[in-house]
Formats: sequence, structure tokens, C-alpha cells
Amino acid sequence: MSVQTVYQELQPAQRVGSPGRRCTLIILVGLVLLIGLCWISLFTGSGSIPAHRVLSTLSSWAAGDLPSGARDTTELLILERRLPRTVLAVMVGAGLGAAGVVMQAMTRNPLADPGLLGVNAGAYTAVVFGSAAMGVTVGAAHVWLAVVGALIVAVSVYVIGTSGAMGGNPAKLVLTGVAIGALLSGISFAVTLLQPEVFDRVRFWSAGSLQGRSIDELSAVLPFLAVGLFIALLLPRALNALALGDDAAVALGARPGVTRLAGLAAVTLLCGAATAAAGPLSFIGLMVPHALRMLSGPDHRWLIPLSLLAAPVLVLTADILARVVVAAELPAGVVTAFLGAPVLIWLTRRKAVKNR
Amino acid sequence: MTTATTANQRSAQTGHVQRNTVLFRPGVRPVRISGFSTTFDVRTILITAALVVAALAVAWWNMISGSAGITATDTLGALLGGADEGTSRVVLEWRAPRVVFTLLGGAALAVAGAVFQSQTRNPLGSPDIIGFSTGAYTGALLVASFGFTGLLATPLAAVAGGLATGVLVYLLAWKGGVSGLRIIIVGIGVSIFLGSFNTYLMTVLDLEIAMSVATWGAGSVNDITWAHVLPLLAILLLTFPVMLSQARNMHLMEMGDDAAAGLGIRLERVRLVQFTCGILLVAVVTAAAGPIAFVALVAPQLALRLTGASSVQLLPAAAMGALLLTTSDAIARAEFLPASLPVGVITLILGGGYLVWLLVSLGRSRKAST
Repeated sequence: MSVQTVYQELQPAQRVGSPGRRCTLIILVGLVLLIGLCWISLFTGSGSIPAHRVLSTLSSWAAGDLPSGARDTTELLILERRLPRTVLAVMVGAGLGAAGVVMQAMTRNPLADPGLLGVNAGAYTAVVFGSAAMGVTVGAAHVWLAVVGALIVAVSVYVIGTSGAMGGNPAKLVLTGVAIGALLSGISFAVTLLQPEVFDRVRFWSAGSLQGRSIDELSAVLPFLAVGLFIALLLPRALNALALGDDAAVALGARPGVTRLAGLAAVTLLCGAATAAAGPLSFIGLMVPHALRMLSGPDHRWLIPLSLLAAPVLVLTADILARVVVAAELPAGVVTAFLGAPVLIWLTRRKAVKNR
Repeated sequence: MTTATTANQRSAQTGHVQRNTVLFRPGVRPVRISGFSTTFDVRTILITAALVVAALAVAWWNMISGSAGITATDTLGALLGGADEGTSRVVLEWRAPRVVFTLLGGAALAVAGAVFQSQTRNPLGSPDIIGFSTGAYTGALLVASFGFTGLLATPLAAVAGGLATGVLVYLLAWKGGVSGLRIIIVGIGVSIFLGSFNTYLMTVLDLEIAMSVATWGAGSVNDITWAHVLPLLAILLLTFPVMLSQARNMHLMEMGDDAAAGLGIRLERVRLVQFTCGILLVAVVTAAAGPIAFVALVAPQLALRLTGASSVQLLPAAAMGALLLTTSDAIARAEFLPASLPVGVITLILGGGYLVWLLVSLGRSRKAST
């Protein structure tokens, strides 16, 4: 069989399954889903606001007819509760999804996830400490604390989890993350128990919830998320090279050290800001990359943009479910854990943990 | 054991030592009584004794410290029956059950942890990681959501929930055999899943019931009475001798199933006996005090490091567990803290810290050897 016949036989198959076409389709479906869910998110909630009221409020707000002083309760609810909440769900989702993709690529570990690796717990503990020691509540300082906490934990989990015995094993990294996460959650639990006023300040986001977020918090975390997403969007080619192993990456002209540093910056900014905004949400960064890899293949040039679409869909779904499943609202983090843990078990069974 | 074998090999090579002479590690004394023989490790015995003494000392400190202002002589008097009614109530009804429970419960958790770790051949294969505690909590919550609460329903449901979770994790991790790491990751997954399910149940329950179950769920020994201590003592007396009698087989099984089967050990029977006893012990402690984190994980490993033995041993682990839980309780109710913490939080911090250290030192030892 000559090379040409092989090529000719392969070509139609490649064309049918070409990542470009499939991904365009995925992007279209994703966009429709995202817009639909945003719409649903604006219309569902504990108060029974009729749909036309929501529509009229939104249209008059968009036309600039509603200055902040002249709003009645319903308009306040829609514009200052549901709208920020929806925007936040989209941003937080995008951040966690991209962070998951970057983390899994950097560590070459299919089990990497900001929640499992304790990065979110680090951000949370830093905020608890800041709240206990300095009385920090919300605003820029709160986000900075979360980012610093995320950075410290990300670096230490990576160093401990990838060095030494079983250093290459995906499970050791997860174990390190869980161990550090358990230690930190114990410490922050103790701090919140000992200082009730700290508990009062942090309890609203300790379970991972998007409830009751205001415009202020949104604008505080937005710059961090934007910078993190910008870095993540610059990385795909470098991450593709890194996936081949450090030596091959160097041979291809990539600089693994620089890539890792940039990836670390992106992960830290994204996880820190997302946690500062929504509290620890686990498993988004684990589920989304895997689902997408099955759909689009391992190319990071597609994976990262797609994750920016798919993860917000997931977070919005979790948030809407959290609102409607029980009478009192569930934290969205509970829903994501409920959906995500089976994925972790399935991945573990499938291939991630070899018998070593 | 390794030292003895290498020494034997060396002597076989050089021919200096007569054949058929068993060489023991330094500090190990053989004892022969007619047909039976066993070995005693002097260091293990000394360290176990020291741990027991330390645990008893901390327990005594827990007896005499507290907000009631009762002195050591008062406590002694109350124990001997010569104190006024108020003092003897505080000492005998409030403090003594708690102190005895922390001693026995710590030992029970540690022994269970040692058995689990030995059988999974992994220091992380302890009941906490495998999801037993979270499952026990789920059981308690489920029963409460159907309207049953009380001294009997909650513990029974907790035991059932823990057992079911253990079986579930084992089955989910089964894939032509159970790998140590897979069982741990699956256990973490199941724990997180059940944890979120627990949070959901908490929001569904009535506030009062939810509050009472939540107190239990933090792992606290604040409300321990003699009614909790007696079942623990009974189970401990029942299971501990059985476990000790199987300890030798357990150690041989650590060499691998094939080797152990070759030595004539009935693997499945030993495994069933050890797992059942371990689960009973964890269940009875969990039922009384709620899930107390990480004692089962940490105590056997700490004891192992102190004794320098080749694998986890039951008696030193038990002494270490008792010391760990009494110390955690002493810290939890210490006066320098503005509020009394649940003992589970202290053990979580100590245990989590130890786990991190274990992973760090795992890295370092490998680096040193390569």
C-alpha cells in the first residue's frame, strides 16, 4: 500500500472527525446553552417575580432608565442580586474551568483540580486568617489574601506531591492536596469556632455559594479573573508542547520553566479570585477538561476556549439546581461536589491510578 | 525481620556462624516455654509502657483540670468515695466517663486503624480515608430525617451507614483486585460525595434535629456518659483478644497473599475477622462521639516510627491512640482557648499536619537513597 493510498483512505475519516468542525459545533451548542442558562438564572429565584416584570426591568435598565436611587424592591432584586449572581457564575466558572485545564496540563495529571489539590482551601484559610487578624471583610484586600493563600498552597502541594517516592504518580499529588486541605480546613474550622465574628463574616461563602453576591464583590474580583484568563489564553501552544514531556518540549523550542511559571500565575489568580468570590467550589476544574477532551481531543488550543464556555454552563446549572431543589437554598458547592465525586471515582477506575 | 534475614545470608556466605542458628535483631529476646516460643522486642515494650504512662498522666490531668476548681486531692477523695456530693458528681459523673472514653476510644480507633493499614498494606488505608466516618454521619442523618433520634437509633444507623460505605468503596475500587491507592482515591471521592449529600440532608431536616446531629458530626466527647463507655468497653474486651491472637497471621499477610497462603494462613478468614473487629471498634466509638478524625490514621504510624518495628503493631498503636485522644481532649478544653473546641477539630489538625509531614518525609527519604 503506497503512502498516497493510506493518505486517501485516511482523509475522509479525518475530515468527518476534524477537530475544527466538531469544535465549531460544540461552541455553537455551548453558546446556546450558556445564553439559555443565563436567561433561566435571571428568571428563577426564591421570590416569585413574573417573567414580564423581569423583562421590563432589564430592558429599562439596558436603556439607562433606572438610576440606582429610583429602584423598587423587585428591580433591586433583579439588578443587584440576580444579575451579579449570574455574571459571577459565568466568570467563576470560566476561571475554574481554565484553571483546571492548565493544572492538568502542567502537572500531566488527570486528577488535578483546584479543589482536590487544596488550592481553594488555601485561599479560604488565608481569608479566614485575614478576617481574624485584620478584620478584612470584602473588597480588594480579601481577593489579594485569597490569591496569596492559593499561591502558597499551589506551590507547596506541587513540590511535595511531585518529588520523592511515587513522585510521578497522580495519586500522590491528590493525596498531598487532600492532606494539606484537611490540615487547613481543620485550622480554619478552629479559628471560626473560636472567633464567632469571623465565622459570621466568612460563613456565607464557606460552603461555596453564589448567593447574595453584590456588584462590589464582582468588581473586586473581575480584574484578577481577567488577568488570569488572559494568561491562560496565551498558553495553549506551550501547554501542547509540555504535554509531550519536558525534553520534547525543549526540543520543539518551548520553554517548560517559563510555561510552568505562567501557568502557576494563571492558576493562582483564577483559583484565588474564584474562591474569593464564590467560596471553595470543587470539581469544576476536574470535570470540565475531561468532558471536553472526550469531545474535542487533547489540543489545548481548543480545550482552553471551550472550557471558558463549558465550565460556566456547569456552574450556572449547579447554581440554578441549588436554587430550585430545596426550599432553602443549597450552596452551589454542594451541587458541584455531588456531581463531581462520581466523575472522580469513574476516572480512578478507568485509568488514572495504575496499580503501583 | 529484614536485618535477621540479611544476617543469616551473610553468615551462610561466610560460614562463621553455625547453621540452624536463628539470629535476632539487637534488642529482641526470644522466650521459650516448652513447645511454644515467641519473641519480645525490648524497645517496643519500653515504648509501649512509656506511652501508657503518658496517656494515664494526661488522663489524670484531664480529671483534675477544668472550670469547677476541683483539686487533685478532691478528685482522689471523690474516686475513693470520700467527697461531698457536688464534687463527686462532677468527678464521677461528668469527668470520669469522658476521660475513660478518650483512653479506650483512642485505643480502639488506633487498633482499628492498624488493622486496616496492615490489610491494605498502605499507611493511608485507614477508616477515615476510606469514607467510614462520613458514611456513619450519613447513616445518622438519614435516620434522623425519617424522624428517629435517640440513644439507640443514631448509633445503630451510624454503624450501618459506615459499614455500607466501606462495602461500597471496596466494590467501587474492585477491578480484578483492590489496589491500595485506588481504594484511597475512591474513598476520597465517596467521602466528598457523601459529604455534599450530608449538607443537603442538613438543609432538609428540622432545625432542632439538624443541630443535635451536627453536634454529633463534629466529633465531640463533651456529652459522653457511662452509657457510652460501657458498650465501648464490652466491644473492646470482646474484639481485642481476638485481634491480638490474629496479629501474627496479619503480619505474615503483609508479605503478600501468595506467600502467606503458602505458609498455611487462611487469608479470607483472617481478613474477615480483622476487618469485622476493626469496623466494630470504629463504629462503637463513632456512634458515641461522632467521627473523630485521623486518630486511626496517625496513631499506628506514630507508634511504628517510635518503636522502629517493621510494620504496624497493635499494642503500641493502642497506647499511642489513647495518648493522642486524651491529649487532643486536653487541648480542646484547655483554658487558654476562649471557647471549648470539639476534639475532632484538634485531631483533624494534628492528623492533617502529620499526614503532610509523612508525605514530605516520604519524598526526602527517597531523595537521600537515590
